[in-house]
Amino acid sequence: MSADASTHEGLYRGGIWSWLTTVDHKRIGILYFVTGFVFLLVAGIEGQLIRTQLAQPELRILHPDFYNQLFTMHGTTMVFFAGMPLIIAFFNYIVPLQIGARDVAFPRLNAFSFWVLLFGGLFLYSSFFFGGAPDGGWFAYTPLTNREYSPGMGMDFYILALLLAGVGSIAGGVNFLVTIVNMRAPGMSFMRLPLFSWMALLVSILILLAFPPFTIGLVYMLFDRSFGTHFFDAAAGADPVLWQHLFWVFGHPEVYILILPAFGIVSDVIPAFSKKSLFGYPVVVFSGVLIAFLGFGVWVHHMFSVGLGPIVNAVFGGGTMLIAIPTGIKIFNWIATLWGGQIRFTTAMLFAIGLLVTFTIGGLSGVMHASPPSDLQQTDTYFIVAHFHYVLIGGTVFGLFAGFYYWFPKATGRMLSEKLGAWHFWLTFVALNVTFFPMHFSGLLGMPRRTFTYAAGLGLDVFNLISTIGAFLFTIAFLPLVVNLVRGLLKGDAAGANPWDAHTLEWTMSSPPPHYNFAVLPEVHRRDPLWHPYVVEGSDEVDGPSGVVPRLQPTDPPEPIIMPGPSYWPIFMATGLLIATIGGLGSLFVTLTGAAVALVGLFGWAFEPAEPEGEEAD
Amino acid sequence: MSHHTSTDVPTRKLAMWSFIGSECMLFGTLIATFMIYRGRNIVGPYPSDLLNIPFITVTTFVLLMSSLMMVLALSAVQRGDLKGTKLWLFMTALFGLIFLAGQFYEFSHFVHEGLPLSRNLFSSTFFVLTGTHGAHVAGGVLWLGTLFVRTQQGKLDERNAETVEIAGLYWHFVDVVWIVLFTLIYLLV
Amino acid sequence: MDQPNARQGLLNRRFLLTAGVLLSAVAWAGCGGEYPQSALHPRSDFADRLDVLFRQIFWWAMGVFVVVEAAILYTIFRWRDRPGRDRPKEVHGHILMEVGWTLAPALILVAIAIPTIRTIFIVDRPTTDPNALVIEVTGHQWWWEFEYPEMDIVTANEIHIPLGRTIDLRLRSADVMHSFWVPRLGGKRDLVPGRETQLWFTADSVGVYWGQCAEFCGTSHALMGMRVIVDTPEDFAAWAAVNAGDAVQITDAQARAGRGVFGANACVSCHRVGGTPAEGQFGPDLTHFGSRLTIGAGILDNNFENLVRWIDSTQHVKPGNLMPEVYLSADQVAQLAAYLLALR
Repeated sequence: MSADASTHEGLYRGGIWSWLTTVDHKRIGILYFVTGFVFLLVAGIEGQLIRTQLAQPELRILHPDFYNQLFTMHGTTMVFFAGMPLIIAFFNYIVPLQIGARDVAFPRLNAFSFWVLLFGGLFLYSSFFFGGAPDGGWFAYTPLTNREYSPGMGMDFYILALLLAGVGSIAGGVNFLVTIVNMRAPGMSFMRLPLFSWMALLVSILILLAFPPFTIGLVYMLFDRSFGTHFFDAAAGADPVLWQHLFWVFGHPEVYILILPAFGIVSDVIPAFSKKSLFGYPVVVFSGVLIAFLGFGVWVHHMFSVGLGPIVNAVFGGGTMLIAIPTGIKIFNWIATLWGGQIRFTTAMLFAIGLLVTFTIGGLSGVMHASPPSDLQQTDTYFIVAHFHYVLIGGTVFGLFAGFYYWFPKATGRMLSEKLGAWHFWLTFVALNVTFFPMHFSGLLGMPRRTFTYAAGLGLDVFNLISTIGAFLFTIAFLPLVVNLVRGLLKGDAAGANPWDAHTLEWTMSSPPPHYNFAVLPEVHRRDPLWHPYVVEGSDEVDGPSGVVPRLQPTDPPEPIIMPGPSYWPIFMATGLLIATIGGLGSLFVTLTGAAVALVGLFGWAFEPAEPEGEEAD
Repeated sequence: MSHHTSTDVPTRKLAMWSFIGSECMLFGTLIATFMIYRGRNIVGPYPSDLLNIPFITVTTFVLLMSSLMMVLALSAVQRGDLKGTKLWLFMTALFGLIFLAGQFYEFSHFVHEGLPLSRNLFSSTFFVLTGTHGAHVAGGVLWLGTLFVRTQQGKLDERNAETVEIAGLYWHFVDVVWIVLFTLIYLLV
Repeated sequence: MDQPNARQGLLNRRFLLTAGVLLSAVAWAGCGGEYPQSALHPRSDFADRLDVLFRQIFWWAMGVFVVVEAAILYTIFRWRDRPGRDRPKEVHGHILMEVGWTLAPALILVAIAIPTIRTIFIVDRPTTDPNALVIEVTGHQWWWEFEYPEMDIVTANEIHIPLGRTIDLRLRSADVMHSFWVPRLGGKRDLVPGRETQLWFTADSVGVYWGQCAEFCGTSHALMGMRVIVDTPEDFAAWAAVNAGDAVQITDAQARAGRGVFGANACVSCHRVGGTPAEGQFGPDLTHFGSRLTIGAGILDNNFENLVRWIDSTQHVKPGNLMPEVYLSADQVAQLAAYLLALR
């Protein structure tokens, strides 16, 4: 089927101003994607520098202070400015299309979320030019990060950047939760939601519940550093370990925020390229719910060596083991989906199957540290670094790449080269294993984390060298991706509405979709609507605008559809908040100015009609 | 934009409930910190030295009454009684401001009595916890003022009364949080 | 659309390549090489308990790994798309299988949880041995202070302990979070400001064991190592007798000159040498420095050249450390080194 590409590629046209004021979820998705991708590359370079320094023992290529900034920024960037934006990019682009909505619930709030995220990331990186980036680790344990032991401004940048970006995350959480709950097409019950959108719903809830403790922890750290409070001051009777609790009560759900979307993508991709619906859909949904819920009950497993006592350790060790069960169930359900299927090894499918292989490894090493005494040897060593890179790269990144290759045709109207995609996959797969598998050994043989070098007599030389070689392989692995992306955008084959013959609603419209998504809102009667078409009683009509799921949306809507117009208030208000954030470095005047600008923005936003004349005001 | 909603709950109301859920975690964290750090001050002044329960009982009552005003405002706007709407919105905001004035007085009194923000654990947790709550009240007062102006301008009436209802949800939440704070900080001292 | 099902050939080659690289690494690790900081070569009851538990979990994990990865590989090979195949049948679920693959992992986890909990309630509780040797450990940025309260011994970065006796470590921090980790002797325990944590074990082999701080603590966290020397009870008694006492007599001329330099400069404001006017409390106790194996918390072997380097350019060797740059002549530095080495 040929797409009406000329009409709908206009989706991305328009100058800078149109991008600064867009409220279209698809364009905002593109903005998030580009931002996340650039930060992924930057954090990747930071990783390369780290591995270069560690190639051999006792090297002094990098000064320890700079090295400590690098690993801090590597972790902070990967989690907050690469991982999360890439995930939100997919939520933005795909969720409304999958649930049968024309946009998210609050389009301007959506844009605002993006701008504060971007500003938070830029603000964080500006620290390199203003005395040095934060250097306390992405986990920023107190008292090391209080004013006495971290006198520079680096940690202030960390706190303020994350507070600013966090506002966007919470706003996004509200937006997606409300969108998925309230804007589903008629007949799209929760148990008919595509798995990716289900996971998006769970992640939105996780964001809303997990970010506040971290926000408060950051506020405490800010106040301790700038206003002399004593939240983490042992000399005043406080407990420095409180920070660790606040950080990990957030931090653990955060890793589920990072992995559940990847699980959602894989749960859509594997059926698509097996030509079989997901095996055990309710179980996969329920296991996701369990993971999200249990994820709030395991945070102390990051603190088994703090000495909180046998009862605490036993309880949280038990909880951590428990959470392995719903995780494992998903793997089995995916294998069962593949079983008996008709498997096509597109690049998306390679990454999805790759996730099964590598996430299993990461999950199993995770079970090893779920046991608190066993963890006493593993925690704070490279064994943990191995674990989380297997689950974050082999899990999250592989899932995101699967989604990228799967939905690229939908978003751009073009096909990518499967050959280059396969090269990208295999090089990445090898790079992942060569870099991180040896770390299981270097960890257990005595290499602690966050160390800018290691002694020559430890016997760790060969493992580190292999890891460093693997890290350079990652750089090489990016080349086919970049080439593929550029060639695809410039002269990829036309994609059509459903190049994969896939099963969910986003494949019923042109590629890219028109700005209003659906010319006719579909009515859904089954899960995987495109594979289980519903025949209207008394007719054998499957396609058509009579209230069933059209295989292809009509080119033009039967009545004109009015979508929300662009608005500059989101970026205006985000700018005010950025100014206020900058003031947090030490100027009350600047903070108040920023707050005033933000307030003006808020009023401008509130008094701007949400919908064109004649519709309900927001 | 379609007005179809998958549940019977209006979209913006659902958004406010979601936000309130998040705020529960926010205040929960602040409250937990306050409770964990109780009795661990190395230096005074200590809570029992300073907390003025009678005074704060009065301001608490004022805040509680403001919730009543809010209910009356909502009822008025739903009936199309615009004069009543303006009156009760004004009263709600006024009572909120009186509460805030009381907080401001309490804070400056504490500082005067040797408990600045940086003094000890009590100062740290008390000011940040009640200060965050006060900031939420202030935001609410601003919101109510805006609604007042909108009513004045004829832009708010029974057709979009939902706006007042959502503001009311927020206001009542902030009030309930105060009940918890009042109990834990003042009554359990 | 192009179906890339020639992928299977690639699949085989790539898998083999990766597997080959990894197996070589494993083989290399397994045979030969000294690993002084290895968690896989336990030399105490504590390390042993953790090792036994780890190996149990490891083998369960290996079993699961083989089953799952084999299932994945089998499935994708067996059901790869080939021309002429019909569309697959829909299978939406299978209760028995779902229950099966929920119960099986659950049972394995129970099998892991039982020894886990038993071990927790041994290692996470203080020792009840009345004959334990108590050593108080204070973590500093970036060195270890050790005191044996019942034996009047104060030292830094290196301890001797007797074979076969319970060692009861009481851990405190003077500044930020640290973590005490000597892998061959056991797992780690954090040093938390404002609190005392504990760790205990009984060593079962004589030897020198390396340790390192395992909680990021600032600029030179990577350079905060230590040595634990397990002696026979007789050797330990001998060591203790010497170390409980004041500094030995210095007879060497060079060393005596060094003592003069030491006393006349800033050294005495931070360092203590028992039996001399040097009573500094901020830095490591140097009374018996000469008998230690390393300088600077496990980062350099203790010999003349390294000591000269340490004194002369300490900020280069251990950036950020609290010992300031020292502005002495080469002769003075050499004399100091001789003095310190003489403090056996």
